[in-house]
Amino acid sequence: MLRNQLTRRIGVPLAALAMSILGVVAVAPGSPAGASTSYQSAHAGGTLKLLATQGSGTLDPQVNYTLQYWQLYQATYDGLVSFQKVSDAASFQVVPDLAVAMPKVTNGGKTYTFVLRKGIKFSNGAPVTVNDVRSSLQRIFKVSNPNSGSWYNVIVGGPACVTTPATCTLNGGVVVNAATNTVTINLITPDAEFLDQLAVPFGSILPSTAPTKDAGSVPIPGTGAYKFKSYNSSTGIVMVRNPYFKVWSAAAQPQGYPNEIDMNFGATVESEVTAVQNGQGDWVYDPLPSDRLQALSTTYAKQLHVHSLTANWYLPMNVNIAPFNNLKARQALNYAIDKNAAIKLFGGKLLADPTCTILPPGFPGHVPYCAYNKGSGSTYNGPDLAKAKALVAASGTKGDAVAIVVINDSVNSAVGQYVQSVLNSIGYKATVKPLSSNIQFTYIQNTKNKVQISLSQWYQDYPAASDFVKVLLSCSEFHPASDNSINMSGFCNKSLDAKMNTAETLELTNPTAANALWGQIDQQMMSKYAPWVPLFNPKQLDFVSKRVGNYQFSRQFYMYVDQLWVK
Amino acid sequence: MAALGVVLFVVTACLLAPVYAHDLAHVDAFTSNLNGTIRLNGRTVSVLQANTQGLGFGVTPIGPTWHFTNYFLGADNQGRDVFARLLYGGRATLLIGSTSAIICCLVATVLGLAAGYFGGVIDWVVSRVFDIVWAFPIYLLAISLSVILLTSGLNIGPLHIGAGSLLLPILIIAMVFVPYVGRPLRGIVLSLKEREFVQAAIGSGASDWHIITKEILPNVAPTIIVFLPLMVAFNMLTESALSFLSIGVQPPNASWGTIINDGLGLLYTRPWVAIAPGIGIVLTAGALNVLGDGVRDAFDPKARLRGSI
Repeated sequence: MLRNQLTRRIGVPLAALAMSILGVVAVAPGSPAGASTSYQSAHAGGTLKLLATQGSGTLDPQVNYTLQYWQLYQATYDGLVSFQKVSDAASFQVVPDLAVAMPKVTNGGKTYTFVLRKGIKFSNGAPVTVNDVRSSLQRIFKVSNPNSGSWYNVIVGGPACVTTPATCTLNGGVVVNAATNTVTINLITPDAEFLDQLAVPFGSILPSTAPTKDAGSVPIPGTGAYKFKSYNSSTGIVMVRNPYFKVWSAAAQPQGYPNEIDMNFGATVESEVTAVQNGQGDWVYDPLPSDRLQALSTTYAKQLHVHSLTANWYLPMNVNIAPFNNLKARQALNYAIDKNAAIKLFGGKLLADPTCTILPPGFPGHVPYCAYNKGSGSTYNGPDLAKAKALVAASGTKGDAVAIVVINDSVNSAVGQYVQSVLNSIGYKATVKPLSSNIQFTYIQNTKNKVQISLSQWYQDYPAASDFVKVLLSCSEFHPASDNSINMSGFCNKSLDAKMNTAETLELTNPTAANALWGQIDQQMMSKYAPWVPLFNPKQLDFVSKRVGNYQFSRQFYMYVDQLWVK
Repeated sequence: MAALGVVLFVVTACLLAPVYAHDLAHVDAFTSNLNGTIRLNGRTVSVLQANTQGLGFGVTPIGPTWHFTNYFLGADNQGRDVFARLLYGGRATLLIGSTSAIICCLVATVLGLAAGYFGGVIDWVVSRVFDIVWAFPIYLLAISLSVILLTSGLNIGPLHIGAGSLLLPILIIAMVFVPYVGRPLRGIVLSLKEREFVQAAIGSGASDWHIITKEILPNVAPTIIVFLPLMVAFNMLTESALSFLSIGVQPPNASWGTIINDGLGLLYTRPWVAIAPGIGIVLTAGALNVLGDGVRDAFDPKARLRGSI
């Protein structure tokens, strides 16, 4: 995804899947930890006030692909499985949620059988049934989920649903039995990441009465501890307690603390920071403005929380239109950009690390490597402007006009201006096109807009190499003339696609070899094709108000908003 | 005279922007300088300085050095010399303000003369166009035009103006103000047309061109001259507002509005980035207004309130 959208996983879940394929039934952890332990009712109550400059589009959990709302979905929606609601690394573990236990995996990894919990109700009072599960999985296709063609088309009947979403039945792919309360999902091929994909908000179980198109600003009932009371993309979101919620698994969906969670839009990030300093707000969603960081890190140090992320800020270049349909032009920009300079605009070297690879450090498959560097070495040393200028001259693209499309907040705009300056310095005529975050992400995906280069961010959906490499740069993710074409570079290489498929297959049996292959693909992608300029791996800096307690950070979904204490 | 002096001083200073940037400060006002350093009091100092206190987060541009040739007003978040950009920005703001005022007054004069003198269909068409333009709040109209044209540029037949060109804000601002000058001029022409000397010229068989250029225009000219400095001030303010909203002058070009916008993100640490262009706008617009009043008084000392917009 981006920060205004999310990403994926590996490690423990892959191991669990490998065991499952061998016929072992994984079960839920006996005693949940972290966020899930010992609910302290003395801290329950109050209104948590979250602040964001603007909304992030639709509220539909099967459509929205933004961190901003995915953080809220953790407390409002559940899937059959979900990521464990605990702090740090254990938060990557998938646990049963609406399912009684982890699924029984049979048929060589192609059949998953879930038993649905009984007695759970949606926030509108309707009970959760196996029919809701089936309709929710069908709905993923009907609403043209951004990843329906890359994640969920592995379900039997999925390819037909991708082709004709309106008539999607997943016949033979999802089989339910109301008598035994079971849901059987049949896959076309084994998929090491299928449970992760079910555990993200796209896999939310919604009432079968939910609209079969993007619900937009109309909240859909969920099963979480909270429900959306109202949503206006211009003014904000109000979440209140779900009156039908009872804890069935604290590891999957713990009870929340605030009685109400508000996310207000419309203020500038500067005034958001001031509001949190003054106790008028509790948390700032947006990247903190650089001119406030110094004061915050001295006077408000106790209210700051910093965490490393598996994420990338990068410049996707459109490989299908000039000038970046020319490899030398793409390589030139890779040589020219000073990633350390860009980091200064993000808040300094304590808040981000320069990167040359598609996979973030610490991620499965990541290998330290830097194809475009000053001098040699696997770690980034700095830009090489001479090489960049020579490549531009050799490419024959010198003098071309280039527009950089960025989000119009202060940090993104500043990085955009820096990139503009670099492009001008190596011979292009660059302009910056700032757009609201409500539309920038879809705008830069749609080939109709002829975007040459943009500034984008990718934050893991779950920790698996494919989430960066395959999701962002495979042929299956390039959909011309669509707002859902996450492969913004429009990069499609059949040979690399075949390697990605091999790596995915290897994940089932030999994760180590699979990761090594993902690392090779990453290096080959950058050295031979350079569809991006990777800029830096950011860290998450959360600024909370003085009254907020119980800050907990998930590697998967970041700060748990519903676990914060405001009293 | 004081107002004229201020205007001349500002104009001269801004015209000398390249001299200051290239020959005195030795800076490039339009290129990011995130890794730049300067020599200050014998020490090498980074233009963007990393925080060393507390948790150490944040990078802050260097503040005013008050050394005239060395980042006098400090740097912006791209590490660019604020004073150099202030001078370049003044050039853009004054250029847009004055050029758009001239275009506005020229177009308004032609339309006002034509509508007032010929009357009939021409008057009806021109007046309705004025009505339509006047019906929109002026900033809303300017913002709407800017958003559209700055995205795709202006392409009318063989005329192509790029999205980043200064011509776009000039034309947009000129056009939205035309009715504000054209309407009063039309009224004056209507009045002049009934005067004896014009009627005498018509009666003697003089051509329309002769009557307009020799009889009416000279009598309208003082009003136009009074309008001009006032429109420069108005248009400067409009340009600054549009640029502040990122829909006027486009980066890396500077105008006083864009510099205020740049300074918005630095208000807490480097307030001079926003304050300095603000002072420039207030000083210049104030001086132009006083100058406009002076010119009006010089032409028509008995009607001090007439002609104000």
